[in-house]
Amino acid sequence: MKRQNSRKSTLLFLGVTVFLLLFLVVIGLGVEEEATVTDFTRTNLAPSLRYPFGTDWMGRDMFLRTLAGLSLSIRIGLLTAGVSAVVALLLGVAAATLGPRVDGCISWCIDLVMGIPHILLVMLISIACGRGFVGVVTGVALSHWTSLARLVRGEILQLRQAPYMLAAEKLGVSRFRQARLHMLPHILPQFLTGLVLLFPHAILHEASVTFLGFGLASEQPAIGVILSESMRYLTTGKWWLALFPGLALVLVVILFALLGDRLRRWLDPASVHA
Amino acid sequence: MSLEASHVTFAYRGRRKHPILQDVSLQIAPGERVGLKAPSGRGKTTLCRLLAGYEKPLSGQVLLEGKPLSSIRGACPVQMIWQHPETAVDPLLRLGDTLREAGPIDPTLLTQLHIQEAWLERYPAELSGGELQRFCLARALQPSTRYLLCDEISAMLDLVTQAQIWQFLLKTAEERRLGLLVVSHSEALLERVCTRVIGLAEGM
Repeated sequence: MKRQNSRKSTLLFLGVTVFLLLFLVVIGLGVEEEATVTDFTRTNLAPSLRYPFGTDWMGRDMFLRTLAGLSLSIRIGLLTAGVSAVVALLLGVAAATLGPRVDGCISWCIDLVMGIPHILLVMLISIACGRGFVGVVTGVALSHWTSLARLVRGEILQLRQAPYMLAAEKLGVSRFRQARLHMLPHILPQFLTGLVLLFPHAILHEASVTFLGFGLASEQPAIGVILSESMRYLTTGKWWLALFPGLALVLVVILFALLGDRLRRWLDPASVHA
Repeated sequence: MSLEASHVTFAYRGRRKHPILQDVSLQIAPGERVGLKAPSGRGKTTLCRLLAGYEKPLSGQVLLEGKPLSSIRGACPVQMIWQHPETAVDPLLRLGDTLREAGPIDPTLLTQLHIQEAWLERYPAELSGGELQRFCLARALQPSTRYLLCDEISAMLDLVTQAQIWQFLLKTAEERRLGLLVVSHSEALLERVCTRVIGLAEGM
């Protein structure tokens, strides 16, 4: 049997994972209304063929609620990771190119934000922004840019001293062309990998903050809300209320982490040996 | 009119109290081939980097035809060639694209340097050190180039490639009246190639 090379299998894995995550988002959006339908004739049913994840105390289908929750979590993850990545890119580039004073100031900000535990910072920003969707998104976005900004800064500082950059500068190559041809292709793999690896962090922190009551409103079908509500029913034997949504969240986080890792291997094969 | 380092002192960041070059003066006239020898760590490469404008001196100045080198915009008449050519070309760019960004490719120059046209479609990792060094020479020899700083450019190469490169460089330098600064540990090479040889003493 012909063996697939690892580059092809990595691409296949990337394709399948991206498709699965997009499928979850779309399906979750489709069942969002259905997931909130209450039916008091079917309350607290254990998992069965008809209700694979069981039902809750208001008769809501937990499978649909979990799908809708995951979809919301992934969308928040994409949004916050995107905003974080843009902030990281702008500040990283500014720190590396605008002189030692700006560099010192931005590096100080990075140290400051990194010095505060993420979850605490997300909670504080979320409260300051009035909680809810806006609070969580702002909190997660403003607390996750630091490591990526540091990475971008370091890469650019190193690239600026590379002999081929110095040679290009002395040959009269314009700064824009230098950035486009010599910097961007070197930074892009690191940046994209960092961006994808932000997703699992963002999703977990959104769920954690919501679970603790500082995030999304209770009427929204978020995994954090589901887990938080299920805590009250765990002692009465309703184990399915927390187990399946929790497992689904962990699976999505693992999928994103694997996606980031495979993307890194695909874009920068040499990093595998580092 | 010449390339000149005038009373230059330089120290790397964090080592300001221990300058690697102190009050160094050097002049290279057009068509002159100056050899530079010194033990490792005495600042030969640093002096080249200063003369190329990659570093700014703590005191003193680098002048090109009487004007500060830092005031020159666009393609610089002073070009440097590194000891390790594999670091001097972007590993993610085809060699043809790297060469084109400096200006139009001169086919005669490629022939003189034994550079095959097929190499232009390749990436740096696909060429040997000697092939890449010839490529770096072709890139540095732009019509605007007046001075070449050769920092141990043949130390890593086999004898045949060394001979080819120096034969070409001497001929071109003579034809174009290029000023050369040749850094090398090989006294035989410096004597053979240069019109005068200077040494760099510790803390000079």
